[in-house]
Amino acid sequence: MKGQFRRSVAGQRPWLGVLLLTAVLLLVPFVAGLGGQAWVRIANFAILYVFLALGLNIVVGYAGLLDLGYVAFYAVGAYTYALLASPHFGIHLPFWVILPLGAGLACMFGVLLGAPTLKLRGDYLAIVTLGFGEIVRIFMNNLNAPVNITNGAQGITLIDPIRIGDFSFSQSGTIFGITLSGPQKYYFLLVVLALLVIVVNVRLQNSRIGRSWQAIREDEVAAKACGINTRNIKLLAFAMGASFGGIAGGVFAAMQGFVSPESFSLMESITILSMVVLGGMGHIPGVILGAVLLTGLPEVLRYGIEPLQRAVFGRMIVDPESLRMLVFGLALVLVMRFRPAGLWPSSQRLRELAETAD
Amino acid sequence: MDTLLQQLINGITLGAVYALVALGYTMVYGIIGLINFAHGEVVMIGTMVAFTVIVSLAGSAMAPLMILGIGVAVSVVVCMVLGWALERVAYRPLRHAPRLTPLITAIGMSIVLQNVAMIIWGRNYITFPPMIGKHIYEFGGASFTNVQIAIVTLAALMMLGLIYLVHRTRIGMAMRATAQNQHVAALMGVDIDRVIAMAFIIGSALGAVAGCMVGSYYEIAHYQMGFMLGLKAFTAAVLGGIGNLAGAMAGGLLLGVIEALGAGYIGDLTGDFLGSHYQDIFAFIVLIIVLMFRPSGLFGERTGDRA
Repeated sequence: MKGQFRRSVAGQRPWLGVLLLTAVLLLVPFVAGLGGQAWVRIANFAILYVFLALGLNIVVGYAGLLDLGYVAFYAVGAYTYALLASPHFGIHLPFWVILPLGAGLACMFGVLLGAPTLKLRGDYLAIVTLGFGEIVRIFMNNLNAPVNITNGAQGITLIDPIRIGDFSFSQSGTIFGITLSGPQKYYFLLVVLALLVIVVNVRLQNSRIGRSWQAIREDEVAAKACGINTRNIKLLAFAMGASFGGIAGGVFAAMQGFVSPESFSLMESITILSMVVLGGMGHIPGVILGAVLLTGLPEVLRYGIEPLQRAVFGRMIVDPESLRMLVFGLALVLVMRFRPAGLWPSSQRLRELAETAD
Repeated sequence: MDTLLQQLINGITLGAVYALVALGYTMVYGIIGLINFAHGEVVMIGTMVAFTVIVSLAGSAMAPLMILGIGVAVSVVVCMVLGWALERVAYRPLRHAPRLTPLITAIGMSIVLQNVAMIIWGRNYITFPPMIGKHIYEFGGASFTNVQIAIVTLAALMMLGLIYLVHRTRIGMAMRATAQNQHVAALMGVDIDRVIAMAFIIGSALGAVAGCMVGSYYEIAHYQMGFMLGLKAFTAAVLGGIGNLAGAMAGGLLLGVIEALGAGYIGDLTGDFLGSHYQDIFAFIVLIIVLMFRPSGLFGERTGDRA
């Protein structure tokens, strides 16, 4: 009922919104490009994080399983790509082989993590997933001796970019008379991928599986009593979230051309989780907003804080890097203080909250 | 045999510190069900404050032990105020918010505290001045210092004190009542706000002492030290069964010993394939195995259905 209701509301103005969004999405890389390719890269990362946050949203938002080690799957995908498409082992497989492989491997890791933790609830699960993420990172950091697999803390460099025939995503080139830089090409690739994951998320939300997840989130015992196979459905949530993480990791490795364990710290998991919660858990537009904001805010601060300090005090008073993170932390605290359900929660969730508040 | 004894001694020292920090997590969790991610940072601030006090008093005519005492005392007071302020400003307004909301707030607070510390104390490692003249004792082929003895003794005393407080005093009774059922406790005349604030204050005080111990044991401090320490301590709390005081103590000791033994033996066990830099994974592997068989920790009771 609720799903139908929402669809009919959205149905009143279907094309205007889509057109507007398409126009904005098409224009972003060119507008950002005016400020330098760095801004296009930031836009790319924003979309990559949208991708990751939506993947995590399946696990945390839909199924209600608090996962603090999500970055492990991202790392698995990234390292799969890095090892199979770099001079490190001298293997150079094409991306359409590696990306599904990375997704598959990440999926396997998801099940590997999910299986022993099925009985755990809430915060116990959180700490186990956190530990799992740390284990993966520590292995990546140290698997350089006696056999050099991951090249340790130095990471793997010179990773192949994504290439289709002669069309490489890392160099600038002209398509249909428009010159695109490398990052701009990746931008469009990422948009396509992100749209794909959004479609999957939307379709899942009201599917049989999606409703099973939400049932488990609200009350696992009741869900089981209703005939839901909670074990398989929970594993599916882990596996699916992990696969998205794996794909994102592969694209990340290709885009950066470099991976190292540093990119996969616990802080990264926490940032992605913050995106989901800050935006509005379980609500797709909210999660997208959260991801874009939390990627953009630190970057805006990076470029904004130094001139601001000079303008106000006439000189640098505080190290800009720490001030940037300080503001980031404060922003998290303040948003949660004044919008406890997130910036853009679903109307259904808001209603539930209003009912349970005493 | 020497290695075993030596690693046991080191493990117990480390475990005593973990246990003290874990108590801070578990007390708050037991009462309001919040993972206070910022607790590790409170510990770090405790170390830093003690460091500043000790360094500024180091030139004076006071006895070193006196200076250390003042440093610890100041750091305990600062951390108590900090813990109270955290609860009052960040967590209290969110008491009825969705479950993940205070968690994100805690993470935000942890980032804030870390960066404030970095602005104040800089981004480099700082050397913690040794205030206790170090003596090394030999025992059965293993050695230990008087610093280690002091740490373990002090930790044991504080834990006994906490157990007394929780089980034999009025505020302790109020805490246990609140942990069982907030609403009913409130109806019985317990001032819930005060009890929750107390949990934060006591936890932070224990954390400050633990911070001073870490500082004097390793003799260095860093603005990021709270993160891993907090993580390990939280793991210890979960290992023992979060919300359970005895569990946190046992979990802390166990974790310290496992880590030390793991670091000492992993090379032999795996034919030098894995070295001691894998030390950090032991905590987590043991945690996963324990939780597979006892989903609510070693001493934990069945937790509610909150997901």
